[in-house]
Amino acid sequence: MDMNEIKEIFFQECEEQLAELESGLLKLNDGDRDPETVNAVFRAVHSIKGGAGAFGLDDLVSFAHVFETTLDCVRSNKLEPTQDVLKVMLKSADVLADLVAASRDGGSVEEGRTRGLVKELEALARGELPSGGAAAETPKAAPAKAAPKAAPAPAAPPVAAAPPPTDDSGFQPIPFTFDGFGEEEQTIEPSTFEVIFKPRRELYAKGNEAALLLRDLSRVGTMSINCDTDQLPPFDKMDPEEAYFTWKIQVKTDKGEQDIRTVFEFAEWDCDLDVKVAESSEEELPMVPVPFDLSVLDDGSDASGEDQDASDESAANDAAAAVAAAETASNVSKMAAAAARADKKESQAAAAAAAAANAANAANASAGQTIRVDLDRVDRLINLVGELVINQAMLSQSVIENDTTGTSSINMGLEELQQLTREIQDSVMAIRAQPVKPVFQRMSRIVREVADMVGKSIRLVTEGENTEVDKTVIDKLAEPLTHMIRNAVDHGIESPEKREAAGKNPEGTVRLTAKHRSGRIVIELVDDGAGINREKVRQKAIDNDLIPADANLSDEEIDNLIFMPGFSTADKISDISGRGVGMDVVKRSIQALGGRISISSRPGQGSTFTMSLPLTLAVLDGMVVTVAGQTLVVPLTAIVETLQPEASSIHSFGANQRLISIRNSFCPLVDVGRILNFRSMQANPVEGVALLVESEGGGQRALMVDAIQGQRQVVIKSLEANYTHVPGIAAATILGDGRVALILDVDAVVSASRGQSLRQEGGMKSDMSLAATG
Amino acid sequence: MSYAVKNLVQGSRELIAFRIGDQEFCVNIMSVREIRGWTKATGLPHSPSYVMGVINLRGAVLPIVDLSARLGMRRAEPSPRHVIIVAQVRNRIVGLLVEAVSDILTVTDDNIQPVPEVSSDLEKQYARGILAIDKRMICLIELDALFPDTESEAA
Repeated sequence: MDMNEIKEIFFQECEEQLAELESGLLKLNDGDRDPETVNAVFRAVHSIKGGAGAFGLDDLVSFAHVFETTLDCVRSNKLEPTQDVLKVMLKSADVLADLVAASRDGGSVEEGRTRGLVKELEALARGELPSGGAAAETPKAAPAKAAPKAAPAPAAPPVAAAPPPTDDSGFQPIPFTFDGFGEEEQTIEPSTFEVIFKPRRELYAKGNEAALLLRDLSRVGTMSINCDTDQLPPFDKMDPEEAYFTWKIQVKTDKGEQDIRTVFEFAEWDCDLDVKVAESSEEELPMVPVPFDLSVLDDGSDASGEDQDASDESAANDAAAAVAAAETASNVSKMAAAAARADKKESQAAAAAAAAANAANAANASAGQTIRVDLDRVDRLINLVGELVINQAMLSQSVIENDTTGTSSINMGLEELQQLTREIQDSVMAIRAQPVKPVFQRMSRIVREVADMVGKSIRLVTEGENTEVDKTVIDKLAEPLTHMIRNAVDHGIESPEKREAAGKNPEGTVRLTAKHRSGRIVIELVDDGAGINREKVRQKAIDNDLIPADANLSDEEIDNLIFMPGFSTADKISDISGRGVGMDVVKRSIQALGGRISISSRPGQGSTFTMSLPLTLAVLDGMVVTVAGQTLVVPLTAIVETLQPEASSIHSFGANQRLISIRNSFCPLVDVGRILNFRSMQANPVEGVALLVESEGGGQRALMVDAIQGQRQVVIKSLEANYTHVPGIAAATILGDGRVALILDVDAVVSASRGQSLRQEGGMKSDMSLAATG
Repeated sequence: MSYAVKNLVQGSRELIAFRIGDQEFCVNIMSVREIRGWTKATGLPHSPSYVMGVINLRGAVLPIVDLSARLGMRRAEPSPRHVIIVAQVRNRIVGLLVEAVSDILTVTDDNIQPVPEVSSDLEKQYARGILAIDKRMICLIELDALFPDTESEAA
């Protein structure tokens, strides 16, 4: 692996750290005061700094360092993370992201912006904010005041300026603490601390490691360790996940209590920790001092390698087993400890336990690990599995056609094959499923930047960011979502003055939510702005010749005008939105994904954009039906029930509408063959089958088809790849007989039945007629 | 149509000739992927009259265009003797239904005569030249012109 590859990994990790950083800051912004959140934020910046230092990325290091310094003030409660503070921090996170991008792609970051933020951050660290000012008077803030002195100027070589604890590796989790400076005065003379450290099971579950903590502690001063194994039950009663040990440590150091606590800071909440000054250094504890030999740790990991291998198999089985390897390995640690205790050599027990526990840590790391796979490879696999599914279907069909007995073993084998193929397919699809989080996180930055640009104060609230959806969908979601967010911030939310005048909170809120609903992912973008100005939209549409001046449109129809090509309501073309590409582009890209977008707006209260997208672009469960001699597939997720209409339940309604009564409620009948122009006359409902469907916009419709052939999982094939979007048709698939069948776009058919023309939507010319010669 | 002639690559090239009704046409052989027999296509709703539907080409969905109808002539009545020319048009693959493939021609630019001035716009759009071979007249057509890239008009 050459340097560039390592660097590439570093940048990939940076992306993850940046995401962590941003989500942490946003949590703080929402009032989360969990110290773990602060720590996570701190760790993210720290890791970036460490890695950047290793690659000599000086700009990145110096900025990260200043950032880290300020974060440390927050962490040690010297700086209250108020909204103002967090605003600076979020901006800093953006700059940090830019710096990472610049380091990777060789660009440069606006120096003025970086420098300005460095100044702001340093000011914060000095406590130069109203909230920080109060803290500055407490004695604890004194070290914080030292921060800017210690913090290097942005241009100065950062590693040199950083205090000794960080300069050996840069990754050392002993952070740049100012407590050391403050405490020095109080504890110049070496003193002995007594530390009682009792890990809880959570500590191991989170991948922390007692042995490593002890090793870190050994760097604080000279120490002697005693491991209390009294709570260790007999071997057969041992719970492999439980923590049984308590360590009593005497540390002789010239540093303060705080330094000792710092060692445990990431584990603090998962262990019982008691640090106190030893009452009398003469009072020797009945323990054998252990020379802490770090090489034991490495030996230990080799020794338990076999057990690890054994556990790997089970770990591979499912994701839940990811921790299993770690558990097994920590089990090993206890076994080793028990064995050692049998020898009555408690000191060795501690060392052996530490060694094996280290192995547990290693196992945990490997089990929790992910591999980065080239997306092309995954896609190739998915394509192949798709072909496999088609092939399996074709095979089944020909066997059924040729099998006269109907009970042959081939049939049973085929059934098993079918199940296996399905399982393979599900697993392969799961590889591609990713949470929408990264996209949502990108949006928060966009909101910040655009809000800054237009002088509005806007909060982005995200929900359901762990909702998983196919990676292709995620990738293609970013662009339309960005556009909509910009629109919402630029046009949707009013200026703070206007909001105040309207009696609203001057700070606008944009809410972005994702959830699964009936086999689709529904993403909602809600703003609490002014809503759509229908008069203005209407006028604009008339001005742009989109609608005739005397058109009589419902509110809903006016709202939907914004999706028309070439529509932009911004009074002036701003930098943010209104470059001519409008909501029509958004709508098209959503449609290209097999999704739909709708808008609802209430004047003065805001607008809601609802997008519904398929979870995967590869397969769907469908009902195979016949319509006017054509085979169609109706997505199963859309179908509520199927029924055979009776003549008595069909009622004519108006000139050419018909309703079907289902359990005393009336539901419009939609002849699919008629809507798709497969036939010119309405079919007789009594001869067909009605599929009761629920559409995105709510409301039920009964779709009339001629017959149901069966139910099948089908592989979605794009029509757009070689052709174009067909109104009323979502995609195509290949059936068992090798022929292409079309997949019905239920929502489009339903909205067509509401009177919106299918053709109009697809942009088809009116002189085009059906060419169903096949 | 000096435009068409000017745009032709220098030197000799291969063309594939096929028959629709009593007329012969040819396209650049480089754009042809394969030639296969007629299989029943699945009709597409709301499609232009010259689009016959889609077929399964080894797992891909391939639209079939009735070239006769596309060129403004009679609609084809496909029989097992018809063939489909699978051609690449820009980044898309299209199946062209023709009556029969008749020839593979190796021609130089000198063999290609400009299209005479005719009133029909359609001919002007797709015809790129005329070849006289063995007293036959073969019209060189440009597939890119037949299937413009814009979505609303494509295929």
